[in-house]
Amino acid sequence: MTAGRPAPQADREATGRLREKAVGDPLVDVSGLKMYFPLPSGKLFQKGGTLRAVDDVSFQIGRGETFGLVGESGSGKSTIGLCLLGLYQPTGGRVLLDGHDVSKARGKALQRIRKGIQVIFQDPFSSLDPRMTVEQSLAEPLVIHRLSDRRGRSAEVQKLLATVGLTARMAWRYPHELSGGQRQRVAIARALAIKPAMVVCDEPVSALDVSVQAQVLNLFEDLQQEFGLTYLFIAHDLSVVRHIADRVGIMYLGHMVEAADRDETFDHPLHPYTQALLSAAPIPDPVKELQRHRIILSGEIPSPSDKPAGCVFHQRCPLAIDACKAAMPELREVRPRHWVACIRAGESVPARPLVP
Amino acid sequence: MLLEVNDLRTYFEGEGNDVKAVDGVSFVIERGETVGLVGESGSGKSVSGLSIMRLVPCPPGRIVGGEVRFEGVDLLQATPDQMRRIRGKEIAMIFQEPMTSLNPVLTIGRQITEILRRHLGLSHHDAKEQAIGLLKQVQMGNPEQRLSQYPHHLSGGMRQRVMFAMALACKPKLILADEPTTALDVTIQAQVLEMMSELSARFGVAMILVTHNLGVVARYANRVHVMYAGKVVEKAATQELFENPRHPYTLGLLRSVPRPDVEPGRRLEPISGSPPDLSELPSGCSYHPRCPFATDLCRTEEPALMSVGAGHESACWHAGELDLLRAGAGRPEARR
Repeated sequence: MTAGRPAPQADREATGRLREKAVGDPLVDVSGLKMYFPLPSGKLFQKGGTLRAVDDVSFQIGRGETFGLVGESGSGKSTIGLCLLGLYQPTGGRVLLDGHDVSKARGKALQRIRKGIQVIFQDPFSSLDPRMTVEQSLAEPLVIHRLSDRRGRSAEVQKLLATVGLTARMAWRYPHELSGGQRQRVAIARALAIKPAMVVCDEPVSALDVSVQAQVLNLFEDLQQEFGLTYLFIAHDLSVVRHIADRVGIMYLGHMVEAADRDETFDHPLHPYTQALLSAAPIPDPVKELQRHRIILSGEIPSPSDKPAGCVFHQRCPLAIDACKAAMPELREVRPRHWVACIRAGESVPARPLVP
Repeated sequence: MLLEVNDLRTYFEGEGNDVKAVDGVSFVIERGETVGLVGESGSGKSVSGLSIMRLVPCPPGRIVGGEVRFEGVDLLQATPDQMRRIRGKEIAMIFQEPMTSLNPVLTIGRQITEILRRHLGLSHHDAKEQAIGLLKQVQMGNPEQRLSQYPHHLSGGMRQRVMFAMALACKPKLILADEPTTALDVTIQAQVLEMMSELSARFGVAMILVTHNLGVVARYANRVHVMYAGKVVEKAATQELFENPRHPYTLGLLRSVPRPDVEPGRRLEPISGSPPDLSELPSGCSYHPRCPFATDLCRTEEPALMSVGAGHESACWHAGELDLLRAGAGRPEARR
């Protein structure tokens, strides 16, 4: 790795349960997080089922680290982000941000916690107010958190624009006058306005064109180095996650099925779902594409409101045995710092590198 | 030669100048081959596809010039009646979002059999039999039951399978697939693309694969056309394009995408700036404001596609010296 990234933490040798592994004093500590949503039954006065969007997920994020959360639709990755932000009240479990319990905080205490965490969404056009100029959008968080007086505000906005690589003239523009890349830069500047320690990035580059996506990814790296930011980086694009994350968690139907350091995840995927996911991601290299072994999963992703019993992946899993139908396996450390929720992981499953 | 597009121009009326969405595009599609049409948003790749099918909304759009020869017949001169017989029968199209291209109030069966009855004149019974066969071919379980389902009963991947079954219904010679898997999840995208490439090979159908995803093109296309600002800027066989790009834009694209297989932590090399406003294109080569190798010639004269090797064309004044320029990229003398 080049100098483009600050050393995450000093001590990466910690062992123990997955939650404990992310070093001494983590910024984010999620344990046993459950987020269930009630489903309407369709009948009056009758209780419907439950959608278990996130089911017993635990992980930690160290200071200055980028944790990549990967999954397909319905995997619960965005819900985890919203729980971290205190926008959802979890059904169970605990979300600690810098030692404070986000899920229990109310009122002033919640506002204090939120000062430390910001979010960037996929579509900057819908997350910026179309009737506010860029300057107004950027000044708003400063006003809400009483961070600068009226005179200082304009200077602060100019500084933010420069930080994300926009010219000072952009301050008087409206969102519709900006390109997709510029809008996402404004959204990033707004997230940085109150100098948070933690930024939740929910698919922040998925809506951008390839050439612009690279600009924004580089910006994320630069900002992390400059401000020591911690990222929860939610994405479905494995290439992007491999590029930016230090550690990776793979989600499937509300469960974290694999978690490991970035290179470990991509070079030695142990969960059959991760292996299939990696082999399905297209590589922009025709020679490698035709040589490599591809696992094409059968079937569709089940609905999170109607999950299969046992291991949530067993219906599509090429390695499933009868025991997989019994219970959802717990995450266990199969290799050092490499956690997998699969009873067959590390036994008969060959560790298959991405490119043979 | 199955399809020959010559100097196609499709403009949209804007507030001021016309928006030149497609501006002088020429290419050839041979029988049975898959050609990738690659570009970012606004590059004109989708509008090229719509123009071939004569489906550009008019107004505001209009095809202002060029030829689209399909088996020798110029589709741009065809009567609406002739076009109706070609669309769906000779050339089929698949769009990104199958929910908007399927009719939500008609069953899957009705939508597939309608094509078969209209184009092939099959009886109700025969059409139903054949529809079941088509759904089996696109690997959908319980095809008989699927016929009575509505689009909202199906997942995104299933809907795209239905779209492909409909496209295959009349054994077309060409399928235009416009970002067919962009809205799908990664594992489902792999399923659908494998199925599409397998079936198009089995039936010898040519395919134009419109996409922004270089990885998809790398695996499924025989040849690639790269589009930028309404023009084709580079054409080559897939492997040649990836190994030996001869246009700075193609080179820029390849360098700016993060890859799941190469050394992580590699600093991405983005293309500076953003795509131009199509109603006010820059002078000379449209790419010059973003090009690290641009010279005075590029700022004033527009380059045409020129041959740079066997089956390889590039619209760049410096295509021949790109290797030398790459080595010296970033140095001030290379920019002058």
